[in-house]
Amino acid sequence: MTIELLSANHAAAMAATLAGRANRGARGFGGGVYPITPQTECIEFLCKQEFEKGRIVRVESEHSAMAVCMGFALGGARSFTASSSNGLAYMTENVFAAAMYRLPIVMMAVNRTLGPPWNIWVDHGDTLALRDSGWLQFYCEDNQEVLDTILLAYRLAEDRRVHLPVMVCQDAFVLSHTMMQTDVPSQALVDQFLPPLDLPHRLRDTPVTVGGLDFPHETEVHRIQHEQAMRRVPAVYGEVAREFESVFGRKPAAPIVPYRADDAELLLISMGTTASTVRAAVDRARERGVRVGSVRLRMFRPFPSRELELALMHAQRIAILDRDISLGQGGILWTEARGAAPREALVQNYVLGLGGGDIRPEHILGIIDDLGRRVHAESPEIMEVAT
Amino acid sequence: MTHEPLLGGLSCTPKKRGDSILRPGGTNCGGCGMGIAFHMLERAVGERPIQMVIPACCAIVTPGQYPRSAYGVPVVAATFASAAAVASGLAGTAHMNNESTRVVCWAGDGGTFDIGMATLSAAAERDEDILYVCYDNEIYGNTGGQRSSATPIGAVTTTTPRGKTLRKKDIVEILAAHRVPYVASVSLAHPEDALRKMRMAIDMHGFRFLHVLSPCPTGWKSEPAEGIELVRLAVRSGLFPIYEVFDGTRTDINVEPDFAFDALQRYFALQNRFRSDACDLAALAEAIREDWARLRRRALEETTC
Repeated sequence: MTIELLSANHAAAMAATLAGRANRGARGFGGGVYPITPQTECIEFLCKQEFEKGRIVRVESEHSAMAVCMGFALGGARSFTASSSNGLAYMTENVFAAAMYRLPIVMMAVNRTLGPPWNIWVDHGDTLALRDSGWLQFYCEDNQEVLDTILLAYRLAEDRRVHLPVMVCQDAFVLSHTMMQTDVPSQALVDQFLPPLDLPHRLRDTPVTVGGLDFPHETEVHRIQHEQAMRRVPAVYGEVAREFESVFGRKPAAPIVPYRADDAELLLISMGTTASTVRAAVDRARERGVRVGSVRLRMFRPFPSRELELALMHAQRIAILDRDISLGQGGILWTEARGAAPREALVQNYVLGLGGGDIRPEHILGIIDDLGRRVHAESPEIMEVAT
Repeated sequence: MTHEPLLGGLSCTPKKRGDSILRPGGTNCGGCGMGIAFHMLERAVGERPIQMVIPACCAIVTPGQYPRSAYGVPVVAATFASAAAVASGLAGTAHMNNESTRVVCWAGDGGTFDIGMATLSAAAERDEDILYVCYDNEIYGNTGGQRSSATPIGAVTTTTPRGKTLRKKDIVEILAAHRVPYVASVSLAHPEDALRKMRMAIDMHGFRFLHVLSPCPTGWKSEPAEGIELVRLAVRSGLFPIYEVFDGTRTDINVEPDFAFDALQRYFALQNRFRSDACDLAALAEAIREDWARLRRRALEETTC
């Protein structure tokens, strides 16, 4: 292993390259790539790599980027793409298709505000809009986590109990363009961690028709199978994470990451890099004697309801922080996570940092104060943090 | 549960020796040109291993309902605009693994002229090792007959109730402009020429494109038995030129029309989709002459230089 100074974009490309090369003894590696700010450096890096058995196809759109990945995967190759924001919106039809075909594609998604008006900064609304697409979704907090999660993602996606695509999400610029010391594993270790891909339903000589016509009963069964695969993910994740630790010597984060939560009366739930700021604010509030803690949600699909219920069990007041908004409803994390809160707890939604507004510890301290003072929960609080 | 569906909707009917690409059990309308084109492709392919990518179009309804499929070869039912991109991934994987599999896209005019155009153009520009066959019935047949950019002038569709006022897109010229190894128009009424082209195209490497005029009795409001006659009239009148372009440079005209005006009249009279007041056949004949003059100039230039 070597420590390198990498942006999350390069860390993602590095992980995809290592995973791709690890399949050289099987059907090889293929990617479909199309640039979009702030993902571009990832695919540029990928296009500079040499593959003994691999091909990167420079397509004309995100829609085709995913289509090319589906072609590679249906041929039995390991595949990768990356996108962001409006690119993901344009890709959407094929994002759903990749999951319905049950293909183990891994996609790195940089979270960026959807336009117009155009804005290139972080917002989780782009990938959360794809929460019903049938993909697994992870939201990362640092560059090491991006690299590690992509390697983990291939193991999860290709596991016979899962066979679903995985989206690894990271915050625009905060991670995508920020260099961090990143532990890059050797090819030998990645080869050890990622066995050759053998997809049972790849095209062979037999006259199969993949993705033909379903009638209602067949669709019911296909959805049940898909949902069952989703439900198996937490157990498979546990196994894969243990193997990751035994191969690479570091423990990947769990689906839910609590911080100073054991004795906390107030809990703040967040995703991505917001959670780092929340932790800094929690430390400061703790110095003032506030019993506050943080829960970071790392896995959003499948939604870790059971784990979240356990993490929230003793909290009296819960703030759910969303860097996204489902217009006409409120924060998406809030709508999903509030069901896991204890019945008697006060649960308030705060929407902040939309369009990349800089979330600072003072904003979080303000939320902690507000949460502590509240008599009852109200409709989602939509904050303006940008100056 | 009567049966256990497989991953991702994998339908499969076991193949018997001698089965064709499109086996009995297909759901095509009587007289559908696509079925005839499939039989020709079947002869051209012979024993070669092929994989097909079929986007949304009649051909993806043809094989029937899960878990059975009338297709006798592996098929991916792709999203509407994605055929050439999915095929790029499949062909790329076959190449990496030194497999001789030929990847064939089989798409209607909607998926080719309209929604799939960007994907198709990009795959052609990349010179992907794909044979792309467009069976063109000049209509969105699957959805009940709406106009596409392949619908000819004068044709009544459910979205052009007074007859289309615009001419159809020249797909062969568009693909030839990509300078791909091979582009050709194919007449189902000229089986020897059609088969020669399919045989050559299946074995060539790089991007190959075949444009097949595919009679659609349901959409054209014509007699199922008269489909081949209609194609013959379209070729005779010069309305559907039969030629091939190599590398975007060498143009060979394969069937010489007689430009008989009565052939054009008969072509329109045999189909109830054309409204007489929306069709100025004299103007169309003039446009055909201009098109042919251009085509001949190019064919001549390229043979003399």
